[in-house]
Amino acid sequence: MIAALANPHRFMGFSRVAAPTLGLAAAGLIGGGLALGLAAPPDYQQGETVKIMFVHVPAAWTAMLAYGAMGAASFFFLVFRHGLADSAAKAAAPLGATFTLLALITGSLWGRPMWGAWWVWDARLTSVLVLFLLFVGYMALRASIDDEAKAGRAGAILALVGLINLPIIKFSVDWWNTLHQGESILRAGGPLLAPVYLVPLLLTGAGYCAAFGALWMIRTRAEVWRRRAAGLALAAAL
Amino acid sequence: MAGHALEAGRYALFVWPAYGVSAAGFAWMIADTLARARRWRREARRLEKDRAP
Repeated sequence: MIAALANPHRFMGFSRVAAPTLGLAAAGLIGGGLALGLAAPPDYQQGETVKIMFVHVPAAWTAMLAYGAMGAASFFFLVFRHGLADSAAKAAAPLGATFTLLALITGSLWGRPMWGAWWVWDARLTSVLVLFLLFVGYMALRASIDDEAKAGRAGAILALVGLINLPIIKFSVDWWNTLHQGESILRAGGPLLAPVYLVPLLLTGAGYCAAFGALWMIRTRAEVWRRRAAGLALAAAL
Repeated sequence: MAGHALEAGRYALFVWPAYGVSAAGFAWMIADTLARARRWRREARRLEKDRAP
């Protein structure tokens, strides 16, 4: 599948159909998930703030997915020198940065009434802040190098090094004592959440991931067109 | 049910800004992505047309 899509012509044909399909799926999943989530009863401990979970947790999941996608695309670019993989890595960064920022802001809005603090330097929050800085650093590094091939290689190395942060985020609540709550969904023994919260959370989570997929494809298409335009402009100038 | 869905009590000051920020984030991502795609598709097509004999 990946090898087949490495051909830009095939990718453009595939994504022309897949991107709007994923976009529609995202709208349905997020709409359905939020409708169920907002109608869920208040949590016995957290009260109505539990409603923040349906926008905070999916944003955090998608931020990690975006970094994983950027890392995988960077790996394919470094190993196989596929220009399309570099375009895909570059396209994932601003989306990942936005989802990470959303996770940080909504988390802060959840933390203030529950913990009494907008921010604490605990392992989970700090590692997610590092994720945001990795996305921003990746974009800044690429923007600082004029040669596109060199920028791609430097960015790919940074993206691959930063992959180490993903397991740190995931297991930070197990490895360290954190104010952030422990793992309650992807854990041995099954999720701790009641179905009335779990179902809408999984729907919005799937919707956020589908939205990332749709936007990522469209941004990658834009990058393919940009490179094509740059090539044509150069050919016209010679 | 709809009334309860919009009920956030004393936490409304935290709940609705979280939804507002999320909506704004999505709006920015969608608008920027579509604008970028439209711009470069148009530019590539214009240059292809100029190149054609």
